[in-house]
Amino acid sequence: MQTFTTDLLCIGAGLAGERVAVAAAEAGFGVICLSLVPSRRSHSSAAQGGMQAALGNCAKGEGDSPDVHFLDTVKGSDWGADQEVARIFVDNAPIAMRQMAHWGVPWNRVVPGTSTYFKGGKQFEKTEKAENEGLIAARDFGGTAKWRTCYAADGTGHSVLYTLDNRAVQLGVEVHDKVEAISLIHDGERCMGAVIRCLKTGELSVYLAKATLIATGGFGRIYRETTNAVINDGGGNIIALNTGVVPLGNMEAVQFHPTGIVPTDILITEGCRGDGGTLLDKNEYRFMPDYEPDKAELASRDVVSRRMTEHMRKGLGVDSPYGTHLWLDIRHLGVKHLTTKLREVDEICKNFLGVDPSKDFVPVRPTQHYSMGGVRTNKDGAAYGLKGLFSAGESACWDMHGFNRLGGNSLAETVVAGMVVGGKVVEFLKGYETFFCTKTIDAAVKFERERIAGLISGKYGTESVYQVRDAMFDSIMKGAGIFRNGKDLQTCVDELEAIHERAGKVSLRSNGLGANPELAVALKIQGMVKLALCVAYGALKRTESRGSHAREDFPERNDRDWLNRTLAYWKEGDSLPTLKYEDATPYFELPPGDRGYGGGKIIPADPAKIVVKEKNNG
Amino acid sequence: MGRRLQFNIFRHNPLDPASTPHMQPFIMEELPNMTLFIALNKLREEQDPGLQFEFCCRAAICGACAMVINGKPGLACRTKTVDLPEEINLLPLPFFKLVGDLTVDTGTWFRDMAKRVRSWVHTDKDFDPKAQEERMDNALADEIYELDRCVECGCCVAACGTALMRPDFLGAVALNRVARFMIDPRDQRTDCDYFSVIGSDEGIFGCMGLLGCEDVCPKQIPLQDQLGMIRRKLALAAAKNFLPRFMRS
Repeated sequence: MQTFTTDLLCIGAGLAGERVAVAAAEAGFGVICLSLVPSRRSHSSAAQGGMQAALGNCAKGEGDSPDVHFLDTVKGSDWGADQEVARIFVDNAPIAMRQMAHWGVPWNRVVPGTSTYFKGGKQFEKTEKAENEGLIAARDFGGTAKWRTCYAADGTGHSVLYTLDNRAVQLGVEVHDKVEAISLIHDGERCMGAVIRCLKTGELSVYLAKATLIATGGFGRIYRETTNAVINDGGGNIIALNTGVVPLGNMEAVQFHPTGIVPTDILITEGCRGDGGTLLDKNEYRFMPDYEPDKAELASRDVVSRRMTEHMRKGLGVDSPYGTHLWLDIRHLGVKHLTTKLREVDEICKNFLGVDPSKDFVPVRPTQHYSMGGVRTNKDGAAYGLKGLFSAGESACWDMHGFNRLGGNSLAETVVAGMVVGGKVVEFLKGYETFFCTKTIDAAVKFERERIAGLISGKYGTESVYQVRDAMFDSIMKGAGIFRNGKDLQTCVDELEAIHERAGKVSLRSNGLGANPELAVALKIQGMVKLALCVAYGALKRTESRGSHAREDFPERNDRDWLNRTLAYWKEGDSLPTLKYEDATPYFELPPGDRGYGGGKIIPADPAKIVVKEKNNG
Repeated sequence: MGRRLQFNIFRHNPLDPASTPHMQPFIMEELPNMTLFIALNKLREEQDPGLQFEFCCRAAICGACAMVINGKPGLACRTKTVDLPEEINLLPLPFFKLVGDLTVDTGTWFRDMAKRVRSWVHTDKDFDPKAQEERMDNALADEIYELDRCVECGCCVAACGTALMRPDFLGAVALNRVARFMIDPRDQRTDCDYFSVIGSDEGIFGCMGLLGCEDVCPKQIPLQDQLGMIRRKLALAAAKNFLPRFMRS
């Protein structure tokens, strides 16, 4: 068995992972990134829309600043965000965008002169200033006061990932691809690295590191209808949860994107609505202004998704063999706009649906999209519970998104958190020495070897991994989807507990040799059910509605009792997570208030508990 | 009732001593809006859980699922069965090392390629976090983006006559990458610098101009134009080297 030793081990080589890797490599540390796929295929590449940063270069972004960005972010989070972290994020975002430009991202730039744009199906005019020519431009995204989203046509994630990976190659960052981390090596206090299964040969190996980073993206694949890539099955979250000492934060905060296409659930970007796309029902009636007179289709994602679901529940959705959906109308944007600014959207419609969006409506429905929850870290990206373990990006709960994250804030988070956490990891590596305990390492490897042998020999039972997974899909979408209530959540938790037990009795149908794909799923199915239980159980216990977490039986946002963050731990042998809670934020720069969209009542917090801090004073 | 599709799939697990390379037929009923992503996952889940293939974004953005579909390299995720005959032959991409069945190792080759062409912006400027960004013309940004759209699926190399004859050939993907940096003013390399990277038979002068690469590129990147542009520029750079120094540039 091979053993690799390095300073920093990044599990995940998407934008967050590679940005931290680059920071460590620049400081002269050895870095190895592990990835399920070649790094450039990471799911970061699929983010089409853009990255929010208050550069304020374009006409509709005039007067923008990190302060305005901060307000949008905290309101978007429905006051669930850690405001200290949100402040770090907004202040650093412009620097991170400029740095990516320096490294080669072809950001779209300001073109002076008057041009037209669409908003809510109507045409408007704007005039870009000559003195801003050639600076980084921005587009409109939901839930923001200004046009703030930097973009590279509609392949922003792709372009930034390719640029960052180029930088990683330049610095000699090693990427070991087609490998999967199946457990962390730790002694309950320190993280020492991970046990890895090679997805080319099936062999196990050990990676030892002073610092280990989890940057594995979201866990959307615990839902059947998700926009997430096939690889986003929560692997990094599972190995953290399995330590028993590292908590996952706010797992019940799951975002649904308003426009996944039906039937393949591929996301089409919010840019469609930002640029003037409208949502129609079965009578081809534009319904969003009835619910949200001010923002209409551009209210934040959780609000649009809920309004769509509400409208479909009234029987106004379009029936299809794949279930009910609504229409997205972008015909009026014209062929030129669709084939340049929204080209990926145009291609997706034509290639996966056989629909020409310049002529036909696009079938869409709300689809699982983003995991606000993840490995809970402090503001430096250090995970709770284990020294030497860090996390960044969607797999982390850093937590700038609270209960709902804004479009363009997550892609920006990857490189901004990567930059900030990268700096902190470097500080950590400079001041830290450790030792690797062979007894702990051998025990971890032996455990995984026996698990694999048992799955192949059928020692644990006869359950089929795909049947167990399907049962989980059915249960979680019914109980912990867009609208939630106590009764359905209780049923969901009960079902998932039984499914968790079944997941422990899986055996393979195939021989398990080499890069066997059934074994890869079998090794993580029980972990996936654990994540599903963290979502459902956290949602059951949180008796309020906040951001994406919408309880029909508790429609108020309850700041009196629930202005906090859920921490889910999994104790060895348990069938449910253990939930603890902590304050949502160490202090308030923006005291709890009304978001200005989404409606709903607020039960106010005890004013004595709201510690307000003036910004930038320490 | 949909068509009865017959998939003939290349099977071989190099790590199973009992496995020998062969084609295996599978029968499946066609469903509406079926793509090869849907079909192959159904095959794995319902007929053979050991079947190896590769998908990631399943939205034609990541390039993971390239394979040879009825004789032509393409992205499986965006191939609709309705566009194919009832008999569908699937083979792994040639040129890359086989992992098993339809899965090949593209990552190793592409990483090595990035190192060989020194795929990054070469500049002696340091980043200043306090300074405004350097300006760029939007039309130029669009032009760079056009060439940056490559998803490293490997189709162009798999369809390349030269690559099949000489394994060290860099292929259209690498030459397009170099073209991307050649038009980027942030990269300070000269034509002579690029010549030292790709001015050989492993690089631009190995291209026989068959243009299979452009035919199969799922992103419709204008590879023919890029290859022609590089060939002219580098031939010129080479010719200039024969001139007395004062006549160069």
